[in-house]
Amino acid sequence: MTEFPMLSLIIFLPVIGAVILPFLRSDNEVRWVALAFAVADFLLATRLLLDFDGTTYAMQFRETIPWVPSLGISYALGIDGISVLFVFLTALLGWICILASWRSITRRVAQFMISLLVMQALMLGVFCALDLFLFYFFWEAMLIPMYLIIGVWGGDNRVYAAFKFFLYTLVGSVLFLVGILVLYFQGGETFDILALMEGDYSFLVQAWVFAAFLVAFAVKVPMVPVHTWLPDAHVEAPTAGSIILAGVLLKMGAYGFLRFSLPMLPEASQYFALPVLVLSVVAIIYGGFLALAQDDLKKLVAYSSISHMGFVTLGLFALNPRGLEGSILQMFNHGITTGALFLFVGLIYERTHTRRISDYGGLMKVAPVYVVLLAIFTLSSLAVPGTNAFVGELLILVGAFASNMAIGAFAVAGAVLSAAYLLSMFRRVALGPAVYEKGEAMWDMDGREIVAALPLVVFVFWVGFYPQPFLDVMHVSVEHLLDQVYGAYR
Amino acid sequence: MNTDMIIASIVASLPEIIIIAGACLLLLVSLIPARGRMVLFAGLSLAVVAAAAIATYALAGPVRPAYGGMFVVDGFAVFFKIVVLMVTALVILMSPKYLEEEDLERGEYFVLLLFALAGMMIMTSAIDLVSIYVGLELMALSVYVLTGFMRHDSRSNEAALKYVILGAVSSAIFLYGVSLVYGLTGATQLSELAAALSRDGPSDPMLVLAVVFMVTGLVFKVGAAPLHMWVPDVYEGAPTTITAFMSVGPKAAAFAIILRIFPEALTVVDDIWLPVVTVVAVLTLTLGSFVALVQTNIKRMLAYSSIAHAGFALLGLVAGGQDGIAGIMLYLLIYAFMNLGIFGTVVMMRKGDFSGENIEDYAGLAKSHPGLALLMLIFLFSLAGIPPTAGFFAKFYILAALVAQGHVALAVIAVLLSAVAAYFYLRIVMLMYMKEPARSFDLALTPPLRLALAVAGLGTVGIGLLPAWFLDMARGAVFPGIG
Repeated sequence: MTEFPMLSLIIFLPVIGAVILPFLRSDNEVRWVALAFAVADFLLATRLLLDFDGTTYAMQFRETIPWVPSLGISYALGIDGISVLFVFLTALLGWICILASWRSITRRVAQFMISLLVMQALMLGVFCALDLFLFYFFWEAMLIPMYLIIGVWGGDNRVYAAFKFFLYTLVGSVLFLVGILVLYFQGGETFDILALMEGDYSFLVQAWVFAAFLVAFAVKVPMVPVHTWLPDAHVEAPTAGSIILAGVLLKMGAYGFLRFSLPMLPEASQYFALPVLVLSVVAIIYGGFLALAQDDLKKLVAYSSISHMGFVTLGLFALNPRGLEGSILQMFNHGITTGALFLFVGLIYERTHTRRISDYGGLMKVAPVYVVLLAIFTLSSLAVPGTNAFVGELLILVGAFASNMAIGAFAVAGAVLSAAYLLSMFRRVALGPAVYEKGEAMWDMDGREIVAALPLVVFVFWVGFYPQPFLDVMHVSVEHLLDQVYGAYR
Repeated sequence: MNTDMIIASIVASLPEIIIIAGACLLLLVSLIPARGRMVLFAGLSLAVVAAAAIATYALAGPVRPAYGGMFVVDGFAVFFKIVVLMVTALVILMSPKYLEEEDLERGEYFVLLLFALAGMMIMTSAIDLVSIYVGLELMALSVYVLTGFMRHDSRSNEAALKYVILGAVSSAIFLYGVSLVYGLTGATQLSELAAALSRDGPSDPMLVLAVVFMVTGLVFKVGAAPLHMWVPDVYEGAPTTITAFMSVGPKAAAFAIILRIFPEALTVVDDIWLPVVTVVAVLTLTLGSFVALVQTNIKRMLAYSSIAHAGFALLGLVAGGQDGIAGIMLYLLIYAFMNLGIFGTVVMMRKGDFSGENIEDYAGLAKSHPGLALLMLIFLFSLAGIPPTAGFFAKFYILAALVAQGHVALAVIAVLLSAVAAYFYLRIVMLMYMKEPARSFDLALTPPLRLALAVAGLGTVGIGLLPAWFLDMARGAVFPGIG
């Protein structure tokens, strides 16, 4: 294949940037160069999305280089309609993260930017990998920079949160590794993801491997009851860390279900669909109630993430086209909206150094631009029609009702909860008598911050009003995925 | 034995001869006052190691039997020789400054190191229970002395005494097993032993006893539970460079013996030793991983870590077959790089009155020495088995061998325990990166030590990113008859 290695370039461009950073003289140079690499990477990813052919489910932009031939491991990359959106999302949030850390990170700036860029490269690798070994390689390596981002640049309790994040995820992923090895030997000693999808595994094998994968992905999503690392990690992480966590990392668990559990273990996926659906609904409602009880802005958004990711797994395991498409779209939406909410929490935290909702009030009078944008993202998060999440949640609920009436009914109740905690949060922060005066500590958003937020606003409304292009990209691939799931019975 | 065979035998053992001759010459050189000449001694011994390495490389290729079936140079031996030569060379590079700091400037240090190397090289080539024992004791006696090399330090003395007594007991037990086997089969040569066993079958209950004795002796040598008690004390008391050496070199050589004896010679009676080894492996991994969690001295922590790693490697023996054995070999090669790397950073902390053995001493290292901290981070994550480092691939390949043989439950136990072990490596990373330094760092970093760290780092990252060549080398080096 002589095709231009577009995906490798997208993955490794941030790494090149990371290698250059230690040689720069001042922190400001570091910030600008890191930003330049991230923006360049984003432009490449945009180009990738434009060049993507949505009429086929076949993997595109493929690259295959033998890596460890004697074990059937290769450096294989490729994207389809499911992964292309995540590649784009990761590259988009990459430079937003750098902008978000512009002023808030003042210690060891170069090391922080290196961690961010390496993290971005590894996340992109996860979404592009077509070899299970390579996938695991990227998946597990991500723990290192993320551990440092939380542990070095986080809040007061950062060390505890970093350990908790690392160990939870590690325990999940090592079981995933054993599952991978079982599949490897059952599927003819290859790590080729496409070849493993063709394999025919006995139900017993499928069930055990599904269980192993479930642990790994459930920790990442995170699903109740293995969600407890998330609030700690979110609260302690710096803003950029929270954006990455909510925007991309959580998607990887759901992506794992899409890429491995459903197509490779179709019978087990159908067999275990109901328990997963129940866990999803529990996450939606339980996460919603927890969010309702929070006085810490970051905790509130973190628990709302658990609730919203419940919708994602709900759509996935509805196992029908509406549910799946809604779910993938909702992952993209959640990355945009929740990423934005964490960005906005970070913005006022930089000014006031408090995250307690009760410390705020009347921001409308002090920072109108901030409040207007915050309103957009709050409304988007609670899925008001015209915003992105409405489309996603609607499709998921349609899918869920088609799959199981009772489950769908409970999920709708959860959606009401999100209106309660988000609106109440917005009221307490933005309306009422002003707590802060305009001045030294308090000022409205500056140009850099608006630049970071604007693309997210664009996507909120674009997906909200005209989601068709996004659905078109994934449609064929989702159809194909469902063929794989039900193929055994057709 | 005719002249041709004698010459062939001498040629086959040329690397060992070079090392022993070099060590004897160095003994003469060490009559000159040694103070301030440590770099000279290190250079001379490095030259000896390099000459032996060239000879080893030249001998690679054909299988060369020697000394009437007591000794062989095959791919397996060459692989392990490269490992122990590299280990010794890196330890020599780490030594000069450390010896100065500890006031141990005596030439015998390098002489003993070379003798230990010769012992290990004989172990890798020995295919007769008698020559195995000779190599084992040559190595062990040299290391006993090196352990007690800090004559004025009571910890070092205690460690040496403990090591000698327990080591001698374990050697005796091993030897007793050997004598029983000889009595039962009339053979000491491993191939004859295998033939006799497959001819007569494992009928005699005495054979069970003999095998258990041999397992016991060797389990002690690799520091596996329940005979691990000497490891933390000896590792803590010995000079740090010798601890580094012990944790990888003799361990690799002992594994070479284990691999020659069990899967090859005693394969017929694997229903006797396989359950024992399985239990030992799981026990070792569990104990090493959990006890390391509560250590505050870095040498003790690394001692328990090395126990855990020995347990993981033993799982390769449980898996068996080409992949299991190649898995152990690759594991030991990778372990040599990453463990010497981390010990190199322990060595560099020792300066002046400061021992630097407390784990807390690493607090804030990343602030003043970002490059060094990054290197340590790589070693630590490699020991924890996180990609993209080599430690991940080492564990991965052993797990693959286990799963291939249907030992999925063992694989699950192994990965969960290695997740436990990740905690204490992570703790050091946390101290380096997330704590404020309590004092300013004054590191005993010399160019040779830097070189050793760089080589170890290169190995740890290089094998992690491009494992294919090393994997094929290990697979190709598994002796014939195992498939």
